[in-house]
Amino acid sequence: MSDLPALVVALPLLGSVAVLLGGLVRPRTGWPITVVTALAQVLAVGTLATRAFGDEPVRYVVGGFSRPFGIELVVDGLSASMALLVAVVSLGVLAYARTAGPRSNPFYATYLLLVGGLTGMSITGDVFNMYVFLEITGLTAYALVASGDGGRSALAALKYLLVGTVGASLFLLGIGYAYIATGTLNMADLSDQLAAVGYQDPLVQAAFGLLVVGLFVKVAVFPVHTWQPTAYAGAPDSVSAFISALVSTVAAYALIRIVFTVFTVDFLADNGFAQTVLAVAAVVSIVVGSLLAVSQTEIKRMLAYSSVSQFGLVLAAIAVANGTALTGAAIHLVGHAVMKGGLFLTSGLVATETGARSIDGYDGLAERLPSGAGAFGVLALAMVGVPPAVGFVGKWYVALGAVEAEAWPLAVVIFASTLLTLAYFARIVERMYFREAPEPAASVESAETGATTAVVTDGTGPTGDQTTGSAPRVSLGMRATVVGAAVLAIVLGVAAFQYGQLLEPTIERLLS
Amino acid sequence: MIDLLADRLYYLVSFLLLGVGTYMLIANRNVVKKVIGMNVFQTGIFLFFITAAFVTGASPPLLTAPEPYVSPLPHVLILTAIVVGVSLTAVALGLVVRVYEEYGTLNEEAIRQVSHDE
Repeated sequence: MSDLPALVVALPLLGSVAVLLGGLVRPRTGWPITVVTALAQVLAVGTLATRAFGDEPVRYVVGGFSRPFGIELVVDGLSASMALLVAVVSLGVLAYARTAGPRSNPFYATYLLLVGGLTGMSITGDVFNMYVFLEITGLTAYALVASGDGGRSALAALKYLLVGTVGASLFLLGIGYAYIATGTLNMADLSDQLAAVGYQDPLVQAAFGLLVVGLFVKVAVFPVHTWQPTAYAGAPDSVSAFISALVSTVAAYALIRIVFTVFTVDFLADNGFAQTVLAVAAVVSIVVGSLLAVSQTEIKRMLAYSSVSQFGLVLAAIAVANGTALTGAAIHLVGHAVMKGGLFLTSGLVATETGARSIDGYDGLAERLPSGAGAFGVLALAMVGVPPAVGFVGKWYVALGAVEAEAWPLAVVIFASTLLTLAYFARIVERMYFREAPEPAASVESAETGATTAVVTDGTGPTGDQTTGSAPRVSLGMRATVVGAAVLAIVLGVAAFQYGQLLEPTIERLLS
Repeated sequence: MIDLLADRLYYLVSFLLLGVGTYMLIANRNVVKKVIGMNVFQTGIFLFFITAAFVTGASPPLLTAPEPYVSPLPHVLILTAIVVGVSLTAVALGLVVRVYEEYGTLNEEAIRQVSHDE
């Protein structure tokens, strides 16, 4: 199975074609084919991951063209964990989307394409290839956001598309500068050649700036985050969970790859200004993201602003640039994906059951919907960073890294970020557990309006047996996914220290 | 100064296009014009790549590689990027149609007012 790296990218792409072809024969084949593909993807990536956590990354040259000329796929510990995260989360969200989500065959096909794009971004070793996968990810994400009912999701997707395209185009421009400076596109080769050109060279500095700013847009760092709340709030619940868990996460992974594999720590050491800009962007994202999250009343918008703040933490780890902080960044990326995806799914579950989409609707939720309130509470506290949840371990490592590097202002902000996160999650937990539920009459009425907004079909051949107007019930799959995410957030927290040790060779290689 | 500008004319034009595209993306209220602005922006980047590969008096390396020859790699890259750009435009226009069907207008201000009234 030496072709495994190529296979994990090809599998979802082939699966997506199979969904469309199968749909021509029988309309209801979409979901089974997607599940089989996602399962096979988990197995393939899992097998690949067992080989990747070693002293040497798994390398694969596509089409047999040797290294600097052809496209190379490189799987080390970090990229393997990203690919595994993508595979597992996509399978989990699929279980949820069975009853909740948009259920047409085009939706499933796009879903698998997005999985393919994200996996490709995780394991590619070539910057232009990364741009292409970035655009595949972007295009499918725009289409998925638009799969919701009504004009709101289309408008949100359009806004996302315009901003996202500018980000990806800046990334492409950065690749152009790097290519002009060095004449190569292979990441490993680029890092040698860039060192030879010199890190003070304006061309190299411009390339770094454009690549990083382009990815800032995709990660949704503070000043260029505006697309994110609109897109997440406008998308159907399962889509916002999927996208929030993976798209920004893999973009942040790409940022780590660009900064440390292509430009290396020596570049940061030579260009103090670049490091300062990263640190300032991190601090501003953490603080302003939290403040904006506190001021939201709509749950999904609040969760989106919370992502801005949480990715600030990952950015802080990149700015600190030592082994401890980067381990923290990797753990936080994985943990955040599970927690934030779980929170979006839970908010969707609550909305389907009670119709509550704003904070007011969460009054006394613990009595009305114990499983939903429990999962939301656990995930929210995990996000705040209560041990032993995974949110704690990630933040702890990043903060420890900042202290080791003696970046005191950054360390203070990272510690304060826990309190800031508490500021917007505590009020929901308080409402769920310590307030009276509203009058039953009101809740029935809101349940009805919630049901009509939650029925989502994009009109291009729905495969479900439901007709518009009948309320989708909360299925066992939905509950299981939500509770599973909450359990996973705790289990990962316990396992995170071992995971950190497992990542050590990868992180060392990244920093050498 | 003039010599320098004449020398770098292609770069100047490509960055002018980038500027025009960005301005159209920000300043226009009409969403179709925003999509056009996005296209102009991308075209600026395509031009930048092609310019970077240009060598005066060189010929393309077909079958044999005469000295000096033009690097084919940026051209291939831009071919890919153009395909990506076309698909982006297609998706964007599809979304514009959806928005128009829903709100009956393409003006951003008007859309905002309609969606606030709901």
